[in-house]
Amino acid sequence: MNFEFSEEQNMLREQAQGFLASNCSMAVVRRVLDGDEPYAADLWKKVAEMGWTATVIPEEYEGLGLSYLELSVIAEELGRALAPIPFSSSVYLATEAILAAGSEEQKQAYLPGLAAGTSIGCFALGESAGQTSAASLTTKADRSSITGVKIPVADGDIANFAIVVATSDKGDGASLYIVDLDQDGVSRENITTIDPSRSHAKLTLNAASAQLLGRDGEGWSHVQAILNRAAVLFAWEQVGGCDTALNMAKEYAMSRFAFGRPIATYQAIKHKLANIYVKNTLARSNCYYGAWAISTDAEELPIAAATARVSAIQAYYYASKENVQTHGGMGFTWEFDCQFPYRRSKLLATNIGSEATWQDKLITAIEKQRAA
Amino acid sequence: MDFNDTAVEATFREEVRTWLSANIPTPEELKGQDYIGRAKLWQKRKYDAGWACIRWPKEHGGRDASAIDQVIWNQEESNFDTPDSVFGIGHGMCAPTMMAWATDEQNKKYIPKLASGEEVWCQLFSEPAGGSDLAALRTRAEKDGDDWIINGQKIWTSGAHYSDFGVLVLRTDPTAPKHQGLTYFFIDMKSEGIEVKPIKQISGGANFNEVYFTDVRVSDSQRLGAVGQGWQVALTTLMNERASIGGGGGGVNFDSVFDLATRVNIDDAPAIKDKNVRAQLATWYAQESGLKFNGYRSMTALSRGEIPGPENSIGKLVGAPKQQDMASFALDLLESGGAIWDPELSDAAGMFQATYMASPGLRIAGGTDEIMANIIAERVLGLPQDIRVDKGIPFNEVPTSNS
Repeated sequence: MNFEFSEEQNMLREQAQGFLASNCSMAVVRRVLDGDEPYAADLWKKVAEMGWTATVIPEEYEGLGLSYLELSVIAEELGRALAPIPFSSSVYLATEAILAAGSEEQKQAYLPGLAAGTSIGCFALGESAGQTSAASLTTKADRSSITGVKIPVADGDIANFAIVVATSDKGDGASLYIVDLDQDGVSRENITTIDPSRSHAKLTLNAASAQLLGRDGEGWSHVQAILNRAAVLFAWEQVGGCDTALNMAKEYAMSRFAFGRPIATYQAIKHKLANIYVKNTLARSNCYYGAWAISTDAEELPIAAATARVSAIQAYYYASKENVQTHGGMGFTWEFDCQFPYRRSKLLATNIGSEATWQDKLITAIEKQRAA
Repeated sequence: MDFNDTAVEATFREEVRTWLSANIPTPEELKGQDYIGRAKLWQKRKYDAGWACIRWPKEHGGRDASAIDQVIWNQEESNFDTPDSVFGIGHGMCAPTMMAWATDEQNKKYIPKLASGEEVWCQLFSEPAGGSDLAALRTRAEKDGDDWIINGQKIWTSGAHYSDFGVLVLRTDPTAPKHQGLTYFFIDMKSEGIEVKPIKQISGGANFNEVYFTDVRVSDSQRLGAVGQGWQVALTTLMNERASIGGGGGGVNFDSVFDLATRVNIDDAPAIKDKNVRAQLATWYAQESGLKFNGYRSMTALSRGEIPGPENSIGKLVGAPKQQDMASFALDLLESGGAIWDPELSDAAGMFQATYMASPGLRIAGGTDEIMANIIAERVLGLPQDIRVDKGIPFNEVPTSNS
C-alpha cells in the first residue's frame, strides 16, 4: 500500500506553503475583494514564474510534464490561501480542455502560453439559472462563428480566450469551441458574485469568430471528462480552504473568553470543531482517491471525482459557516476574515455543478459500474 | 500512489491466504458446538500453527509480526467464513495491559492461554455512577492482610458470563481526588462473591452484564501498578480500546441500502430513480469511501513503519451514526413493511430492523459520540479540556446524581 504523496511532492507542498504565506496572505484576498483589480495580477505572475501553471502540460508544449499528484498539492495550497487568481479557470478547465480535445495545431498554439501564464483561459458552460445540459444549450455555432450568451463565466472578464460549449445537431448534442475574447464579436460585462475575490463575467458572443475544439457532436462527453478532472482539483482547493476555516475557528475559540473562560473549553464549540475536522478528513481522504484516479487515468475516475466533489462541497460549506458561527457577531463583520471562506465555499460549490448535480452523477456512475 | 503490497507484504499475504484456505474449520468440525466452543476451536488452531495474536512477542505466543502484517492478516481472515471471536477484549485490551504492567511470571502464566483461547478475559470498568466519567467509579477495595476485599457493582461488561478472568479498576481511597484514589487489578471471574446478571437490551440481545461484587477477595499480587495508580494503568487499556474498535462494521451499508432501493418502489418506479434517495445514498457513499481511504492512508503509514495520523480517530464517530441513519432510511424505504421484524417476513431477513434496534448501542459503547468528539477536539485539535468542578476535591465530597 502506497497511498500517500512522495517525499518530493511533500517538499513541493512545503515550498508552496512558504511561497503563499509570504505572497498570498488574507490581506491580498481582501485587497482584491475590496478593490477594483479583478485578480491579484502580481501573485499570478509569480505563480506562473514558479511553473505552477505549467505543471501537467507536457514538455513538448513548454510545460513541466509533472503528474496530477503535483497539481493536487498545488491546488490544495492555493485553496488554503484562497488565492484570488484565475488558476482554476485557466489550469483545471481551459488547459484540460485543450489537452483532452485539442488538435496538434491547437495544442501548439495555446499550451505554451497557458504554461507560461501569459495567456489565461476560461470555461464558458452555463447560460442561465439552473442545471446546464446538452439539451438546454442555446449558444449556436457554425464552423467558424458563434453566437450566444454565457453567464456566469469565471474569469471571463480577464481571460484571453474561452472554451465555449455550444449546441450541436450531431452526436451528443454539443460541441466545444475556442473563442479568443479580444475581438469585435465579443462583449464582456463584469458581474457581481457572492465572492468578489474571484471575478466573473457575462460573455455575449455575436457572430464571434471561433474554432471547433474536438469533433462536432462530441462536446458533451468532453465536458463530462473535463469536469471529472476539474472536480478532483476543485476538491483539493476546497479541502485546503476547509483547513483554513478550521484554523480560524480554532484560534478564535482559544483566545476568545466568555463567562470567564476560553470558549474552546465549551463542548458546544469543541464538538462543532471536531465535526469540522471529521468532515474535512473524510473529504481529504476522498481527494486522495480522486488524485490517484486522475493521475492513473483510472476507470473509476467518474466515481472518484464525484465522491471527492460531494464530500468537499459538504465539508467546506460546513467548515465555513461554522467558522462564522464560532466567531459570533465579529464573524459577521466585514472587518473579520470569516467572510472569505464562507464566500469561496459556495462559489466553488456552484462553479462546476452543485452538490445535488454531483450526487446524482455519483449514483449514475455507480449504476454504470455495476451494470458492466 | 498505488494500492499494491510491497514484495515482502505480498509474500506474507500469500502465506496467510494459503494457510487460511487449508485450515478454516469445516461445518462438520463446528457441528454441535455453541459460539464459544466454535470460537475456541478456531483460536486454538491458529495458536497451534503460530497464527494467533501475531503482533505479540514470540515468548507470549505471538510471532513478532509488524502492524502492517496484522492488517494483512485481518483482511485475509475477513475473506473467510470463520467463527465469531469472543477474544476481542482479552486480546485487544486486557493482554496489552498485562504485558505493560504485570510481572514476567504472571505474563508467562496467563498470556499464552489468552493467545490460545483457552481462557477468555473481560474488562470491568463502567459502573452505574461511572460511564463516560469512568474515573467516578465507586466499587470499593479495602486492604485485608495480603488481600483486598471488593464490594460494589460493575455494568456493561461484555462477555462476563463466559469469561475466566477480568481486569478491573477499583476505588481504594475515597478521600483522595477522583483520579488518585483508584487501583487496578486482575481477577478470577469464578471467585466467590461475584454474581453476573445479563442485561437485556432494546435490540432483544444480551451482550452485556451487570457484575455484582460481595466481599470478593483478590490477592494483592494481582494488583497492576501501584496503589493509587489505577487511572494510569486504565489508560493503557483504553488506548487499546480505541485501537481495537473499528468503524461501524458490516451489516447495513451503502451496498445493502442501494440494493434495497432497486427492490422497492417510489411513485411506481424503483426508489433508486428518486432524486432524494440518490442524494442521500451519494452522501453515505462518500462517507464510506472517506473512511476506506482513511484506512488506506493509515495502512501506508504502517507499511512505511510510521504511526498512523489522527485521521484514524474518526472511524467510530462517523461509522456508528451512519449505521443508524442508514437503517432508519431503509425502514422508511420499506414504507409500512419497514415495521415488520420477522426473519421470515422482513426484507433481507430483518437485517435493517435488527440494525435499527442495535445501532443506538454502537453510538454509546466504547466511548459515546460525545466522548469521541471530545477526544478529537482535545487530542487532535489541541483544544483545552472542559473545566471540571470535581478537580482536586476528595472523591467522597464530589456531588453525585443521588445527592
